[in-house]
Amino acid sequence: MNENQVKTCPIIANHIKIALVGQPNVGKSMLINSVSNAHLHVGNFSGVTVDKTEVLFDYKDYHFTVVDLPGTYAFSDYTIEERVTHEYLCAESYDIIINVIDSTNLAKNLQLTSELMSMNKNVVIALNMSDEAEKEGLDIDASYMSELLGIPCVQVSAVTKDGIEDLLDAVVQVREDDKQISKLVFSEPVEEEIAQIVWYLDKHKYGAKNSYRNVAINLLKNNKRTYQRIHDNPIWTELQPILVEASKHIELHHDSDDIKEAFAEEYASFNRGIVAEVVKQKKQEEKKTLTEKIDSILIHPVLGIPIFLFFMWGLFQLTFEIGSIPMDWIDAFFGWFGDTVGATISNDEVRSLVVDGIIAGVGAVVLFVPNIIILFIGIALLESTGYMSRVAFLLDGFFHKFGLHGQSFIPLVTGFGCSIPAYMSARILKNDRDRLLTLFIIGFMSCGAKLPVYVLFIGAFFSPEMAGNVLFAVYIGGAMLGLVAAKVLKLTAFKGEDEPFVMEMPKYRLPSAKLIWHTVASKTMMYLKKAGTFIATAAMLVWFLSNYPHNHILEEKYEVKIESAISEDEKIVLSNKLQEVLLEQSYLGTIGKFTEPAFEPLGFDWKMSVALQTGLAAKEVVVSTLGVLYAVGGDVDEEDNSLVTAISKNIPFASAVAFIVFVMIYLPCLAASVVFTREAGGIKYFFYLFAFTSITAYTLSFIAYNLALFLS
Amino acid sequence: MKILSTSKRGEKLKVVRLNANGDLKQRLLSFGIMKEALIEILEHAPGKSTIEVKVGKMRIALRDKEAELIEVEQI
Ligand SMILES: Nc1nc2c(ncn2[C@@H]2O[C@H](COP(=O)(O)OP(=O)(O)OP(=O)(O)O)[C@@H](O)[C@H]2O)c(=O)[nH]1
Ligand SMILES: [Mg+2]
Repeated sequence: MNENQVKTCPIIANHIKIALVGQPNVGKSMLINSVSNAHLHVGNFSGVTVDKTEVLFDYKDYHFTVVDLPGTYAFSDYTIEERVTHEYLCAESYDIIINVIDSTNLAKNLQLTSELMSMNKNVVIALNMSDEAEKEGLDIDASYMSELLGIPCVQVSAVTKDGIEDLLDAVVQVREDDKQISKLVFSEPVEEEIAQIVWYLDKHKYGAKNSYRNVAINLLKNNKRTYQRIHDNPIWTELQPILVEASKHIELHHDSDDIKEAFAEEYASFNRGIVAEVVKQKKQEEKKTLTEKIDSILIHPVLGIPIFLFFMWGLFQLTFEIGSIPMDWIDAFFGWFGDTVGATISNDEVRSLVVDGIIAGVGAVVLFVPNIIILFIGIALLESTGYMSRVAFLLDGFFHKFGLHGQSFIPLVTGFGCSIPAYMSARILKNDRDRLLTLFIIGFMSCGAKLPVYVLFIGAFFSPEMAGNVLFAVYIGGAMLGLVAAKVLKLTAFKGEDEPFVMEMPKYRLPSAKLIWHTVASKTMMYLKKAGTFIATAAMLVWFLSNYPHNHILEEKYEVKIESAISEDEKIVLSNKLQEVLLEQSYLGTIGKFTEPAFEPLGFDWKMSVALQTGLAAKEVVVSTLGVLYAVGGDVDEEDNSLVTAISKNIPFASAVAFIVFVMIYLPCLAASVVFTREAGGIKYFFYLFAFTSITAYTLSFIAYNLALFLS
Repeated sequence: MKILSTSKRGEKLKVVRLNANGDLKQRLLSFGIMKEALIEILEHAPGKSTIEVKVGKMRIALRDKEAELIEVEQI
């Protein structure tokens, strides 16, 4: 996807730029994936795509640029993502609109199409999900529909890739054609008013790019941009009273005082006509669809929430059970790899840099890839089956009590994978206050990069049978804290009215293995890439800071002592002591020692303090730093020198608990903080976030430490 | 006048009027919740504060606060 975006297309005659428009969750992104080799994010709920993305590809003699836009129900600015689409359509330049439609629900989708029809752009309709329509016994006469609408309609399926070429051919054809003339017809009163305005515009030879009919429709619909344009024209003074009268007439006819409602009803009745003409229901519709049957269990008023908790618990159980199997192999591999590579390097310094720095640091992070994969699979399933919206529905009442919007659930769940897309997806929240509130608590949903820290510490202190439960408790605990934090923020910083909650519930879909595979593989590759680049660099830096400056006097002093020691045991004790003393006087040791007093009330030694600080760059670095620090200063005589053992030997239980709590809450990584600041809309929010998370993390971890001390 | 929020599970109703304003009304309209539309109550969420309804072929979740704004009649 990235390479597609960077490549710029030469501006030549055979270049077609397409805006992909449609209601949410109709398969726009998936359609792009199936015509190009892009891997746009696809999921079975409304609001997967929240920003525009350009994808380039070639077909026959043409260069295509397709712009994937966030789904929008109507031409409104209800949420930020809808505003993105609306602004793109009105202000950017593009050649053609492909309007993607869910064939299984034509009537609803055509509402948006009707609005597109007065836009002065050529449109091609992609009747997507034709595979599903067929299964449901719906027969759509696409060519008749094309005729009725004056817009080419092509049946496609993004899943089976049927009809994709026909769609592209239609696009090429439409580009060669003249401007389409909209065949939208309204009820008689509306047509009368349109005719009058058209007549008036024509009389005055009003200069417009759009047809007079479309200008008239847009004026009647109160379209802001059309108004702005005509407002400065001299004809405005005469036109205005005509428009006022026209609106009154139409509103009277619709028994409403809202012209937008009147138009929605106009569109709906036109569309009902179209659907009646072109759709044939072959099979008798079932009384209860499969989705409704599944829903009667999954969103059962009593069983719904326990079932959801059970799924979550199962996921964390699996994360531990299955995740720990390959862990020993990975650990062994990096041990062997370190030894093998180390043996080929004669220079002591370089060997230590490579083995104790890079390999130990990266190895500590890669160790947790299996756990992370399982977590990613869980999230991918949640996203792609349609269960996500159900949980938002189930939890809405509960969330509401804490001042959150039910739809906040979607960004919050995304936050369990990575905070960055989560911050972005908070755009689906209409109200800025709700959005900010959600942004502030996304950090409480532990992201994938924190998983290694938890797995490491839980593995070190709990039996394997308990570990999954403890991990589950950590995640649920974090989420609960997030809810409490939301309540506090809602009562103080984000006071205000509750926003409406209206959300579409998609039908359940069985995700293809390929889709899951792509989602999980690309996220995992990103994690590995980060381990190989960013984390490796950070590990090198940590190694350097923990090895320098050299203190030769100290070294010599100890060498002498070790030489003169009598027993083997004494020698080992002394050389361990030397390592420790050397580490303490290194740059990193100095920093750690300097900040240690601040973290002392929480029971952290200087190594843990340093790990927390380096963790500000990225949460994976917490583990890699611990990896380097314990590899460098680790016991020399240790046979089993895995990081888990080092942790359980060197860190008291209470400190470990406090550490987990701290990592759970404190500031998200650098990259996420940048995105947070952008989405929240100002650097001041970053400082609020910093203060908020630091104070909360410190306080709660202090309480956790003392509680754990008291209990054990 | 009957409103959507006090209707029971499984009831089939017809929308008479929308008392919502501005953006919310727009959103309801674009979901197909408009005068004359048929609406069926599918499920209540725990705590009864959120309901799932079916309009046309679409399932929509809304809070009782929003459901209050939808006037309906029995069919
Ligand atoms: N059966 C079937 N499912 C499809 C088809 N196209 C998309 N889907 C599914 O529909 C869901 C939505 O797909 P997306 O591509 O994310 O939809 P979108 O229109 O980009 O959605 P937003 O970004 O939220 O506006 C996913 O679960 C897809 O797997 C199709 O042709 N057939
Ligand atoms: Mg999308």
